[in-house]
Amino acid sequence: MSAATAAMSGDRLCPRDEADVAETVRWAASEGRTLDVAGRRSKAALGRAIQTDFTLELAALSGVTLYEPEELVLSARAGTPVAEIAALVAGANQMMAFEPMDFGPLLGQKAGAGTLGGLLACNLAGPRRPSAGAARDHALGIRAVSGRGEVFKAGGRVVKNVTGYDLPRGLAGSHGTFAAFTEITIKVLPRPETVETLLILGLDDAAAAGAMSAAVGSYYDVSGAAHVPGDVAQTLPALAGIGRAVTALRLEGVQPSILHRRGKLEALLRARGELAFLDADASRAFWLAIRDVLPFAASGGGEVGGEVGGEVGGATARAERDARVIWRVSVAPMAGARIGAAVRTVGGRCFYDWAGGLVWIEMPCTEPQASLVRQAVSAAGGGHATLIRAAAPVRAAQEVFQPLDAITGALVRRMKSGFDPAGVLSPGRMYAGM
Amino acid sequence: MSGLVMPAPKADLLARRAEIVAALRQIVPGEGVIDTETEMRPFESDGVTAYRQLPLVVVLPSTTQQVSQVLAYANANGIPVVPRGAGTSLSGGALPLADGILLGMGKFNRILDIDFENRTVVAQPGVTNLGITTAVADHGFYYAPDPSSQIACTIGGNVGENSGGVHCLKYGLTTNNVLGVEMVLITGEIIRLGGKHLDSGGLDLLGVIVGSEGLLGVVTEVTVRILRKPETARAVLLGFPSSEAAGACVAAIIAAGIIPGGMEMMDRMMVHAAEAFLGAGYPLDVEALLIVELDGPEAEVNHLIGRVAEIGNGLGCMTLRASTSEAERVAFWAGRKAAFPAVGRISPDYLCMDGTIPRKALPLVLSRMEEMSVKYGLRCGNVFHAGDGNLHPLICYDANTPGELDKAEAFGADILLLCVEVGGVLTGEHGVGVEKRDLMPSMFNEVDLAHQQRLKCAFDPEALLNPGKVFPVLHRCAELGRMHVSAGKLPFPDIPRF
Ligand SMILES: Cc1cc2nc3c(=O)[nH]c(=O)nc-3n(C[C@H](O)[C@H](O)[C@H](O)COP(=O)(O)OP(=O)(O)OC[C@H]3O[C@@H](n4cnc5c(N)ncnc54)[C@H](O)[C@@H]3O)c2cc1C
Repeated sequence: MSAATAAMSGDRLCPRDEADVAETVRWAASEGRTLDVAGRRSKAALGRAIQTDFTLELAALSGVTLYEPEELVLSARAGTPVAEIAALVAGANQMMAFEPMDFGPLLGQKAGAGTLGGLLACNLAGPRRPSAGAARDHALGIRAVSGRGEVFKAGGRVVKNVTGYDLPRGLAGSHGTFAAFTEITIKVLPRPETVETLLILGLDDAAAAGAMSAAVGSYYDVSGAAHVPGDVAQTLPALAGIGRAVTALRLEGVQPSILHRRGKLEALLRARGELAFLDADASRAFWLAIRDVLPFAASGGGEVGGEVGGEVGGATARAERDARVIWRVSVAPMAGARIGAAVRTVGGRCFYDWAGGLVWIEMPCTEPQASLVRQAVSAAGGGHATLIRAAAPVRAAQEVFQPLDAITGALVRRMKSGFDPAGVLSPGRMYAGM
Repeated sequence: MSGLVMPAPKADLLARRAEIVAALRQIVPGEGVIDTETEMRPFESDGVTAYRQLPLVVVLPSTTQQVSQVLAYANANGIPVVPRGAGTSLSGGALPLADGILLGMGKFNRILDIDFENRTVVAQPGVTNLGITTAVADHGFYYAPDPSSQIACTIGGNVGENSGGVHCLKYGLTTNNVLGVEMVLITGEIIRLGGKHLDSGGLDLLGVIVGSEGLLGVVTEVTVRILRKPETARAVLLGFPSSEAAGACVAAIIAAGIIPGGMEMMDRMMVHAAEAFLGAGYPLDVEALLIVELDGPEAEVNHLIGRVAEIGNGLGCMTLRASTSEAERVAFWAGRKAAFPAVGRISPDYLCMDGTIPRKALPLVLSRMEEMSVKYGLRCGNVFHAGDGNLHPLICYDANTPGELDKAEAFGADILLLCVEVGGVLTGEHGVGVEKRDLMPSMFNEVDLAHQQRLKCAFDPEALLNPGKVFPVLHRCAELGRMHVSAGKLPFPDIPRF
């Protein structure tokens, strides 16, 4: 097949190794072609809807290349499934402490399809974000191919390193627009022995924010603080039978410590509302639901098995998904409740993670939702709002990522033209014309 | 100064000095512009006192607007600018340039906002690291990264160097604790990144600004997260007959799933130096001493102390003492914290190195360092952030003995090259600055460095911010921007496609 016909069919290029990736990108740059950088396409529906000549699929660059549990370090090729890494480190009682979320259920894809490259390119995190950080905080080193078709490395394989600019961190959240990662080294950490969750029932959003602030700011090492308002709590199997708003505080660690902290937290919070508990199993189910945004999962999304990269369910499922869009908002923890109030005025629902600072919103796909959400963010003191799930035309018509101010935008464009002067890598995925 | 080569000063700037000083006085009136030799003297070096250079002029702005105007003026006139916090850098990051403005940020010394509910502090860059903790301590909070220089060093300098401390295995470096900055670009434009919220929602510019050693912009405001001070902290002293045994203990603690608040190792020479300096009560018969601090809720700390003791005993430790009071815990640390002055007493001068290695390479690295010590005829002691593999060899020398500084520097470079050879890096927390600049090619090839520099070019195309630091060779940005492409067919017809 010639390059020209390939372009027509929008087909997939599947390099076998890093050298192939570099060669492909060099070729694309010289021929004026564009490539959509992907792992296994599990997050193809994330970001602005774009059209490129090819998809550059890195799934074949797979496999863990180094794992030294006692050094707390793991390297793997960028196409390695996150699920494979999670299983491997769990075998040594370790974890990716930033608890990377799985977008599959939310986007109407299979669960467990994401790759390590996508994890860093999207800077994934989970409920442990406030205490343990996001992917950015655990990326130690990268190998990558920039839009120039050149292989470069940055960072290293040790947990403490300030040699040169911190490009592994800088490129976290770049969604493939600056470079295609080929290999990534991350820090891993011991897994807590066990987990329990203290619940406060029936709080409104503002009261919940106050309770979460008190808990997270206490001595008692709360490693997750989420609030699920009543309307959303009712739909969550992990909270079956409660029927009210739930404010959840996670305690992890060794059993004697959890017992001690649970007692102290109870004393601290008793006056704020009725308390309840989730044991280890129920806790794991609950925090998984929070991490993967299961209350707003697409119907059929998150199924396991079958081919990766295709959407789950047919036209009905898609129509259902498209009718209600999903936004992800990050603000100061105490400001979250104001975002929730704003989206309820237009029939939206939400729940909170990160002690109130992360707001997951599901709302009807009606205009002008972007300005409503972003005005609420700016009125609440600033932060960022990302349109996570919407039909392609909606994602093409408005800013999906938080718009940059003029000066920062110009700076980012200069960076882009340094790394990808020909505009080969996922052009437009983050910002129009870049 | 030893063999260090800095960018040649531009004669026209030196010739225009009076005019430049006058123009800067228009921007920063009164005592904010310093141009006499005596008054500029204190700014001629940072923590690396072997390198000294008087700047063209010292400017001490006190508002973001002034910083913006100074940078815009410098940019318009092609004048280099070296930002400086407290000048405690151990890599020469704040070393002035003969034709450059030394921009001291010391007057930015106010805390602007303390928000206990959101657990954040907004500070100006000249506030000291300890100043942040002090401001929130009465509410039981603290700022976690704790470089040993924390009484003096500034939060702006911490952002510049991505500084760490003894607690960073558990609580992270500066970069993991900074939520936002206000920064002035060389054009004078002001940007704000981050805030009280987490992450950026896109590209992580903040992530590259932390640790950028003053080469990307001048930070004029910093938002950090603060944490509740742990309910309890206790330390265990473990003495071992060999560094191998101590290293095995560190590995076993981590393998048991324990991440201590701090885990430090000292070698025999450092134990003896510390003991002679302040009588910390360290055992003198050990080859390696570990201080393991557990912090957190009381029940957890007591539980983990028991486990650490078991692990130590199982690995043949000769001394094992757990602190039973706060005073005793502080005493355990006193010797470690006084490591530098203690060496200062046994040697007229010393160089402090800062490589990181995979921990398992420790025995090899220590024995190779002993050989180097014999080869160079210089003593070398070791303190080691054992949990994260960050070595601080202290090389003793006498600057008054001709040639000894050069020997010490060569010894230091050999140590860092060894760190890279075993899979480690040139610097764990002190930064590249001028000190490790010329060693960068041992870790990064031309293409790696060119990509780093392209980032620099996006921020500072004329390379006016802190030139001569970090990069061994600073290419012209136009040259780096060019792309050599040869038109052609998809070169591998056999690549799988679907
Ligand atoms: C005794 C001693 C112990 C030390 N212990 C430790 C330790 O345990 N851990 C550790 O990590 N470091 C340690 N250091 C090194 C040093 O203290 C840190 O690197 C510190 O962060 C430097 O802060 P400073 O304010 O002195 O910055 P400076 O030395 O003035 O500057 C450091 C760098 O940051 C840049 N910079 C400063 N302010 C700004 C600004 N506002 N905007 C942009 N760039 C700026 C400068 O250009 C320079 O490149 C130690 C130093 C000494 C002398």
